[in-house]
Amino acid sequence: MLNVLSKRNMLITIAGIAILFPLVFQNMYLLQLLTLVFIWSIAVYGFNIISGYVGYLSLAHAGFFAIGAYGLGLLTTKAGLPYWVSLLMAVVITALAGALVGLIALRTKSHFFAIYTMCVGMIIYLLIDKWDSLTGGVRGLIGISAPDNIGPITFDSLTSQYYLALFFLIVTIFVCYRIVHSLLGRTFIAIRNSEELAKTIGISIMKNQLLAFTLSALFAGLSGALYASFIRFIGPQISAITVTFEMLMYLLVGGIGTLTGPLVGTLIVISLTQSLQFLEEYRMLIFGPVVVLLVLYYPRGITGSINTFLLKRKQQKVKGRDKEHEVKRDVGEAG
Amino acid sequence: MELLFQQIFNGLTIGSVYTLVALGLTLVFGILHVPNFAHGAFYMVGAYITLMMMVGFGFNYWIAIIASVAVVALLGVVTQQLIFKRLEGADGMRMMVAAIGILLFLEAFGQFMWGTEYHRMTTPYGSVVNLFGLTVTLQRLLIIVAAVILMLALHFFLTKTMIGAAIIAMAQNREGAFLVGINANQVAWLTFAIAGGLAAAAASLASPINLVFPTMGNLVIMKAFVIIIIGGMGSIPGAIVGGYLLGLTESIGATYISSDYKDVIAFLLLVLILTAKPTGLFAKGVQ
Repeated sequence: MLNVLSKRNMLITIAGIAILFPLVFQNMYLLQLLTLVFIWSIAVYGFNIISGYVGYLSLAHAGFFAIGAYGLGLLTTKAGLPYWVSLLMAVVITALAGALVGLIALRTKSHFFAIYTMCVGMIIYLLIDKWDSLTGGVRGLIGISAPDNIGPITFDSLTSQYYLALFFLIVTIFVCYRIVHSLLGRTFIAIRNSEELAKTIGISIMKNQLLAFTLSALFAGLSGALYASFIRFIGPQISAITVTFEMLMYLLVGGIGTLTGPLVGTLIVISLTQSLQFLEEYRMLIFGPVVVLLVLYYPRGITGSINTFLLKRKQQKVKGRDKEHEVKRDVGEAG
Repeated sequence: MELLFQQIFNGLTIGSVYTLVALGLTLVFGILHVPNFAHGAFYMVGAYITLMMMVGFGFNYWIAIIASVAVVALLGVVTQQLIFKRLEGADGMRMMVAAIGILLFLEAFGQFMWGTEYHRMTTPYGSVVNLFGLTVTLQRLLIIVAAVILMLALHFFLTKTMIGAAIIAMAQNREGAFLVGINANQVAWLTFAIAGGLAAAAASLASPINLVFPTMGNLVIMKAFVIIIIGGMGSIPGAIVGGYLLGLTESIGATYISSDYKDVIAFLLLVLILTAKPTGLFAKGVQ
């Protein structure tokens, strides 16, 4: 209850605004931008599960994003499978890849884990880049199909794609919300705070970490698959380590280890870079130092800092009220 | 057979470059516990400064290298004093993220200052010489010789001088070093200066046989991380052995296995090693 921005009502309000948005604003550019924000947010939510809640910095996430994207791309263009089957398969494949990597990577700790996953990400990138016959190499993959119709619902308009991305984002946030507010979420946080302590109270570290890592890969894969069918073209660049760094930046700006952080951070950073044209090319000249400053002074990002601020104010209020009570009691006793 | 020797020679050349980069990384990691992801960006800045000195100011190759070493050493000191010093005692993730922030900034800065195009660095040592029946360019020979000289210099600095001894002491036992009154801050900035200088020297030496571009440090830094894990994090002999081992594996692998996948070799190697031994080779027990 203390995290005001994590409150259910807040999330429902945001969802309501997002659902009404296209009905009020008919701006194609904004819709396109928001759809991209939603898609990327899904990956950042996945990233947040392992890096924010469990406390393991995974640098392989662009790789998982790319597995999802190429999974969908290859299954629809080369294997000719229907879209929804491909989407499901792409997500399952990414989750399996995540489980496999996690099984080995999670045996390493802190720096080793980051470097191990960085190498996994790099291997995925190099495979996509060099395996010409399968992935199209540097030329990339074109002509990825848009989502198939579901009964009367078609996905050929931007608005429908917007709602599709929003739908998956809401599902993602819902799953994350349920996880965070359950024993599982507490377990993740316990592991983040102290692995030894968690072990002492009988938490199976490996099992929980593996679950977190698999889930985070799954969301990255879902995000990648949606990205592929929205942009309709993918190249090896989407699996580059810089993409992981961008996700990390969205997460840090928004607030690592918070429930609204991934959406807030992605929304702010992407809209800033898109609206300030000069930022497009040299955005890291500004965001690089921003990341450093955040780490130095606001390690919990925007949402985290707001939460802390509200928490402090609430505590002060409670303290003030206690004092009032004390004064009254004193007066009462005296009288 | 001649091809093999040629590849061994090439392996020694790139191994020298990797080793110099990995040495700086392992010093900073072993002594200050900073996983400096920005080290590759220092490498890139080093190459550009040398290039700029030569093309822009018409300096001699060696003077340009010395200037570049000085500038990047200073850059290392500035980042340490401004950023990493304030993060002392913070958890590993914050250190890594700060380093990534610096990396992102420096790369964008490189693009902003010098553009995204590839540059070629000219060298006064472009001639080809015959060495034991192998035809090698003088520049490649120079890389190997210069790297060995730098490593010897580092060795003597660390073992024969008081400041070097202080650095080693802090690497071996932090608390003990503090107890005997070693100035931790001095050791910290000095370590960053040495690491930056080595990266700049490595980049300046390697650029004439490679190319200069803003993201040139990325692959090198990742390989340097692989090397210091193979060599045991914080171990100087480990970094040297690891650097040459990787250089040789890569250049021989590129010839006999596949040149397309030569970069995968390093990362596969690391993945295999950490799979077998999650704490890294030669781990010094619990830290």
